[in-house]
Amino acid sequence: MSLLVDDLKVYYRTLAGDVRALDGVTFAVGDGEIMGLAGESGCGKSTLGNSLIRFDTRMRYIGGHVTLDGTELPIWDTAGMDAYRFDHVSIVPQYAMSALNPTRKIGAMTADLLRARGVSAKKAFPELRRRLDLVGLSDDVLDMFPLELSGGMKQRTVMVISTLLNPSLLIADEITSALDVSTQKAVSETLVGFRDRGFVKSLIVITHDLAILYQIADTILVMYAGRLAEKASGETIISSPRHPYTRLLISSLPEVGIRYSEKKLVGIPGTPPGLLDPPQGCRFRDRCPLASKKCLEAPPFVEVEDGHHVACWEEAA
Amino acid sequence: MPHLKVDRVSKVYKVGAFGGKELLAVRDVSFEVQPGEVVSLIGESGSGKSTIGRMILRLLPVTRGAITVDGVDIAQLKHKKLKGYWRTTQGVFQDPFSSYNPIFKADRIFRLVRESYFSSVGSAEWKSKLAASLEAVSLDPGQVLNKYPHQLSGGQLQRLLIARALLLDIEFLVADEVISMLDASTRIDVLNLLGDLKARGLGIVFITHDLSLGNYISEKTVILRRGAVVEMGATDKVFGNPQHPYTKMLLASVPQLHSKWEELDPQLKAQITELAGSQAADRPYAEAGRAVLPADRDGAELVEVEHDHLAAPV
Amino acid sequence: MSQAPTAPLASPVDASQVEAPPIAQPMTGLQETLHFALRNKKLVFGLSMTSALLLFAIIGPYIAQHGPLVYTGKLSLAPTTKDGYWFGTTLLGQDVFSQFVTGLRLAFIVGALGGGIAAIIGMVIGFTAGYRSGIVDEGLNMLTNVVLVIPTFALLLVIAAYLQVRGIMMEAVFIGITSWPWAARALRAQTFSLVSRDFVDMARLSGRSSWQIIFKEIAPNMSSYLFMMFILLFGGAILIAATLDFIGLGPSNTISLGMMMQLSVQNAALQLHLWWWFLPPGLAIMALVGSLYVMNVGLDEVFNPKLREL
Repeated sequence: MSLLVDDLKVYYRTLAGDVRALDGVTFAVGDGEIMGLAGESGCGKSTLGNSLIRFDTRMRYIGGHVTLDGTELPIWDTAGMDAYRFDHVSIVPQYAMSALNPTRKIGAMTADLLRARGVSAKKAFPELRRRLDLVGLSDDVLDMFPLELSGGMKQRTVMVISTLLNPSLLIADEITSALDVSTQKAVSETLVGFRDRGFVKSLIVITHDLAILYQIADTILVMYAGRLAEKASGETIISSPRHPYTRLLISSLPEVGIRYSEKKLVGIPGTPPGLLDPPQGCRFRDRCPLASKKCLEAPPFVEVEDGHHVACWEEAA
Repeated sequence: MPHLKVDRVSKVYKVGAFGGKELLAVRDVSFEVQPGEVVSLIGESGSGKSTIGRMILRLLPVTRGAITVDGVDIAQLKHKKLKGYWRTTQGVFQDPFSSYNPIFKADRIFRLVRESYFSSVGSAEWKSKLAASLEAVSLDPGQVLNKYPHQLSGGQLQRLLIARALLLDIEFLVADEVISMLDASTRIDVLNLLGDLKARGLGIVFITHDLSLGNYISEKTVILRRGAVVEMGATDKVFGNPQHPYTKMLLASVPQLHSKWEELDPQLKAQITELAGSQAADRPYAEAGRAVLPADRDGAELVEVEHDHLAAPV
Repeated sequence: MSQAPTAPLASPVDASQVEAPPIAQPMTGLQETLHFALRNKKLVFGLSMTSALLLFAIIGPYIAQHGPLVYTGKLSLAPTTKDGYWFGTTLLGQDVFSQFVTGLRLAFIVGALGGGIAAIIGMVIGFTAGYRSGIVDEGLNMLTNVVLVIPTFALLLVIAAYLQVRGIMMEAVFIGITSWPWAARALRAQTFSLVSRDFVDMARLSGRSSWQIIFKEIAPNMSSYLFMMFILLFGGAILIAATLDFIGLGPSNTISLGMMMQLSVQNAALQLHLWWWFLPPGLAIMALVGSLYVMNVGLDEVFNPKLREL
């Protein structure tokens, strides 16, 4: 198993108390697997993605273990994680397009980055150029300033740089959200290409867009309010989801072909609970049509059939 | 009968030092909106769709052409008449948190409307008007009034803005990417709300980059690329029988829930790659008239493909 | 075509079966600001120091036992508790304490007036330039740049040559009309960024006029920034006044802190060991301007949540 996450808990410090953004998450991602991490705002997917590589000052590690290729990652230790960042775990952050230093040429910035990791730029650049070529960018990109590139080009450049040292795990955080639909397709396919060519071993793709995940992910993990709701292959999640939240979510997505006049889609009434003081038991019960007294106790995330996990009393039965 | 007509409208910006260069943000666009009808303006970034929306709202001046509402050219309106225009046409924008002044409570937007347009209306009457508007957008006054914007959700904030527009008894609404920043579970509710309003006679200009939304809600669709209309007509015809390669490319790029990208026709795939590759040369400020596809001819008239379906010639 | 969704789901069950524990009421904006304000050491220190000096400036002239310009006949007296010469006297026999409190009071007046005038001009120009881009903006920018590079000392020298008597008002006005450019620039930039927000468009769509929008929508949003800017202009005006006074361009009909320093230097107070003549005014200027700036840094942390340490 490439990545193993066991009961990970990460909270955010605030004046009013701890926000329980990630409250006990357990899953695994295999070698060569592209796992999509889906959910709405506040569900904890970005927290999960970021906690695997770098804790920002507000995040507090509470408990749990993360193991990558058999070694435990000291995620609570910012200095300790330095040995793993970029070579073993890498990230294409949200707003990656703004991650490029606007006052430096891309080649110069990359050389600095490599030098900081103890890699000779001279040795790495030929491979860098080859990879840029593979994703459809010319060498000239290295001599340009970020301002001269379009959004899609910047995104692909950051993706190439982030994977230059062939990390075991790549976390892609909302990389397609700010892009046009045609560029989204190109960037998503580039991501799959990286896995196919062995530039990365496994991928976690974080997004709220289930349709894109269906296109590129092998498995999809759906999160709700800091906990896991369902995990299954992409096909299963879309065509036969078991968790009520997933089912309601899928049925609220308009596809090209559905028209209001013919069939009105339905959303999910209510809003996700605040995580400062989350409700007892299943966090979806306030909005769930199948809720009952049993839901006051948090349902475990169990495997209901091969490769399909659900956290729901009704569906796991 | 109310009628919104955009007639050969263009928008030219002067850019560069001393305004030497010209940027053609909107090129010769024409379409009409009837009451009870949703017209989608669909396009990617740089297509000019938001610019058209702002011109309809009189937030930007039109450079060439005319926008007429009920036969009156809105460019001629000044002061009182302009204020009156905003009783017939209003807008809702993309970012609910930017649309509210963060230091005031959310319901201040209603107070602004009251001070401008309903200053002579008494408290009790105003209260009932407000309650009726809030009900029309399915909001509970107790939950949304007297709160700051950061205490409300994006969906509630967008609905409040629609309620505000309804207070004015508008005929036309410009909805500019109103749901793209909302969560998936709330999006559809706001969208259905627009559908309800359409059924009650409101004419809506629905601006979006998301084809599935446009297809879901609109009667007519206008596909824009770099400021020019590439294809337009009845939604089912444009989506069902796309003619222009750009439209086909857009449709093929949308991630579907039940078919994969690999299953696409290889010829279409090749076209998409060519188009995507040519877009790699996009710069933030494209020079006017510099078309990337040889097909984008300035001022080319749209050709009628079938009844209620026009496309730019290739 | 799309598939029909799986089994139709029943309407939600009322799941409020457990009494939820009462959630603590979040603090209102004002309460939260005060909470942080009182805990911020820099703000508390700066505010206390400034208030203490202000109190001293108000009460001081009433408790001084001699006039500031009166020649008492007791020359170069060291500080003593006798006869109210708490700060001693100058080489020429004037009561230092009295001069000190008069100067301190004048410092506050110059600060408020000079800073106030600069703030108003800066606001008018900054808001207008930021709100109306285009030719108006370019014109105002040019004006700002011109005033910015005018050598104020040279200008003041020329004015001083023409005016026989210069009062404190004149000095304050002069400072006000020459120190607004950086404020105008900063406000213009802030206004720019706010004007692009959608709520400004919403106000326009509600029939608001441009000035209504500037004063009712944009300025209130910048209130903390405006407040801090005024404090900087206030402190800056005091410093500029002290500098002008020190080189002899101060008001000709009264005494100020800077003038005390100038006179003490002219009369070789340092060599004559008359430390009580220049130390009080020097320390006062330092304390006043310093505490204002420290207060400002503290205010920045209070108003800007991102700078706060949790």
